[in-house]
Amino acid sequence: MRKLLLTASVLALAATAMPASAETIRWARGADALTLDPHSQNEGTTHTFAHHIYETLVWRDTEGTLIPRLATEWAIKEGDDTTWVFTLREGVTFHDGAEFNAEDVVFSLDRARSERSNMRQLHADVESVTAVDDYTVEVKLKGPSPLYPNNLTNTFMMDKTWAETNDVVEVQDYAGGEDNYAVRNTNGTGPYKLVSREVGVRSVLEVNPDHWAETEPAVTEIIYTPISDAATRVAALLSGEVDFVQDVPVQDIERLSSTDGIKVATGPENRIIYFGYRLTEEPLASSDVTDKNPFSDPKVLEAMHLSIDRDAIKEVVMRGNSVPTGVATPPFVNGWTEELDAYPAPDLERARALMEEAGYGDGFTVTLDTPNNRYVNDEAISQAVVGMLGQIGIRATLASRPVAQHSPLITNGDTDFYLLGWGVPTFDSAYIFNDLIHTKEGNYGAYNPSGYSNAELDAKIESLGTQTDLEARDATIAEIWATIQEDRVLLPIHNQVLAYATKSNFTIDVHPENQPNMSNVTIGE
Amino acid sequence: MAAGDGEPILPPKPPSRLYRAWDSDIFYSYRRSPVTIIASIVVVIIVGAALLAPWIAPYNPFNPASLNLMDGFTPPFSESRMGNYYLLGTDNQGRDVFSTILYGSRISLFVGFSATLFAMALGISLGLIAGYQGGTTDAIIMRVTDIQLSFPAILIALLIFGIARGIIPPSQQESMAVYVLIIAIGLANWAQFARTVRGATMVERQKDYVSAARIMGVHPVLILARHVLPNVMGPVLVIATIGLALAIIEEATLSFLGVGVPPTQPSLGTLIRIGQQYLFSGEWWILFFPALTLILLALSVNLLGDWLRDALNPRLR
Repeated sequence: MRKLLLTASVLALAATAMPASAETIRWARGADALTLDPHSQNEGTTHTFAHHIYETLVWRDTEGTLIPRLATEWAIKEGDDTTWVFTLREGVTFHDGAEFNAEDVVFSLDRARSERSNMRQLHADVESVTAVDDYTVEVKLKGPSPLYPNNLTNTFMMDKTWAETNDVVEVQDYAGGEDNYAVRNTNGTGPYKLVSREVGVRSVLEVNPDHWAETEPAVTEIIYTPISDAATRVAALLSGEVDFVQDVPVQDIERLSSTDGIKVATGPENRIIYFGYRLTEEPLASSDVTDKNPFSDPKVLEAMHLSIDRDAIKEVVMRGNSVPTGVATPPFVNGWTEELDAYPAPDLERARALMEEAGYGDGFTVTLDTPNNRYVNDEAISQAVVGMLGQIGIRATLASRPVAQHSPLITNGDTDFYLLGWGVPTFDSAYIFNDLIHTKEGNYGAYNPSGYSNAELDAKIESLGTQTDLEARDATIAEIWATIQEDRVLLPIHNQVLAYATKSNFTIDVHPENQPNMSNVTIGE
Repeated sequence: MAAGDGEPILPPKPPSRLYRAWDSDIFYSYRRSPVTIIASIVVVIIVGAALLAPWIAPYNPFNPASLNLMDGFTPPFSESRMGNYYLLGTDNQGRDVFSTILYGSRISLFVGFSATLFAMALGISLGLIAGYQGGTTDAIIMRVTDIQLSFPAILIALLIFGIARGIIPPSQQESMAVYVLIIAIGLANWAQFARTVRGATMVERQKDYVSAARIMGVHPVLILARHVLPNVMGPVLVIATIGLALAIIEEATLSFLGVGVPPTQPSLGTLIRIGQQYLFSGEWWILFFPALTLILLALSVNLLGDWLRDALNPRLR
């Protein structure tokens, strides 16, 4: 009853606070945010949603340049090149009215680098965070780290008092299936407030009239509906049930662009789609080879790489909407080169010969885990790869799951062979190395279920965090990529191309990180 | 045989078993019902084609090595980019739709038959026990049945499927999927059988032959199996036929929802799920042909069930 009353009063308040010309956008995409605990999951859909409620110190515009948000200025401390000084925006309040100050930043950054946080790799080099005064925060790093602000674009700021009152000082243990107050309730500084949330069904956000930005967003209400089935999503847009479909299936781009009253914008995303596999010596849980791990044989890996026809995937599965690549980094990212990007033409004869040489002439079985609602045609890509691997005798069984069930398999290491997409919010290779390549330990390797562990490489990866000589740093990045390519740690497929479909009165720019923000949407006639 | 012997005079030859069957009431009503004849022909064709799939299908869609992605989205009755001919076109993975339907029907029918058999075995056993034993046992079994019947079968199947997913380790889930489906659909459908058998058993239990057997000291299990069971099978067969159509539809529904068999080994429901993604873009054949097959199969089995019910009902003769 109390909850009901509370909801009713919130609704009443919201109704009175709403400006006369309420503009609602009904936004549909394939999956829901995994959680609202801001530091629990480092995952694109979750961050995109959270950016409406919570805010970060810095963020990026659609070009990829860093711009101020809750921090107005940031600079390396004079006389101490291992410390970054952030000047905070004054007069910012949380949705519950509490004032935002340096104490909250210290709390949030500490929370983001705590044991259970999924964001910790971004702050692996942080030694301590201290408040100098109410609006100045110093972040002390293990060594000089000229690129550190790049790591802050998805680290959200929470209110310390609110977190303490509601017992959410600890980050939600997502992999362990734990729930906490912050998973469903929010208190951010962002342009929108959470009005209601039914997980996986519908979330409603209302504009925050006390937001610090000078111009109020054109969109004053957001109704967010995850629709996992692609055809249903498109049908919802065609029938006028939603205004904006973020994940447009490639097969429907043509149909939608030729429909009156609907427009489609496309653009490259800063996201790589790749396959990973277990690389340890122990036999695979899902294979009929029970005495060893076929993936630990470099010949098998080479054969797999040679059996993949990326151009066919682009042409048929993606209908031309992808950028095939031979390296697991998008071109947006520092460290990408054209040489790395080149990919081999498929050579089945050679691949079969390699399998024969490796002693797997009769092939082997393995289970391929794939999400089916996260990336563009993720399940179809996996299915195509199953077919291609079948040509060289690898009989893969496809296990297809929604991302909410797929994701824990990766972070818990419960998979032998999997598809994943990786966006690079820092626009720097170190972000890829930290999570996907580095041995899974401490702040590193959260998304490295492969068991790949190379001490020499780990040391190089860790050195990137504190390397100040940018030229030497780039050289180390190139060395690391060379080792990754040589060891075939990952099997990259392509860079994603995004398509946003909207009613033609809405204009939403394609964001390279696929993080459109409704506060930037313009509404025409 | 000596020459000149006359033909011995024999009594008129009794009609052959086959003829007797043909002349029986059931087949009389069968011959008189053109709808039933057509339905049975359709069932025979689909079941036959499914059984013979490895020999009559032009491609093996379950063998990923035989697929060519570049042949994807070929329209029906035409040649693909790579110059192969596909009767009903190909799907998004370059699988021959015709072959995939044959192989997919195999899975659908296998799951349907097995699940119905499982539901029958469970339902008949519980029904016999409840009807024969009476009292508390009867009350408990029938209340469970009532509870089960108050839920839609598909919800129960989803629930069981979800539990199974939680128990089975991720690496085994896909290889167990078909059996989980059978158990889930079977457990969702046993209640009808239990209820019908229980009613019939209660009637049979009062009859003299059962009492006689009991007085002779025959073990209750034997009484149920040898004496009661054959006399309650008539209505069970009717429910089983309709239940089969239901089980096939339920399998398709679960696979359509994406919780059924893996997409690399599609059943009819999985094919329909894949196909419906391409409706807007105009590749109608990926959805149309599997859906048509499913409709024809379920409709025909249902019509056969209807006919069987009428034919076995003495009051409708």
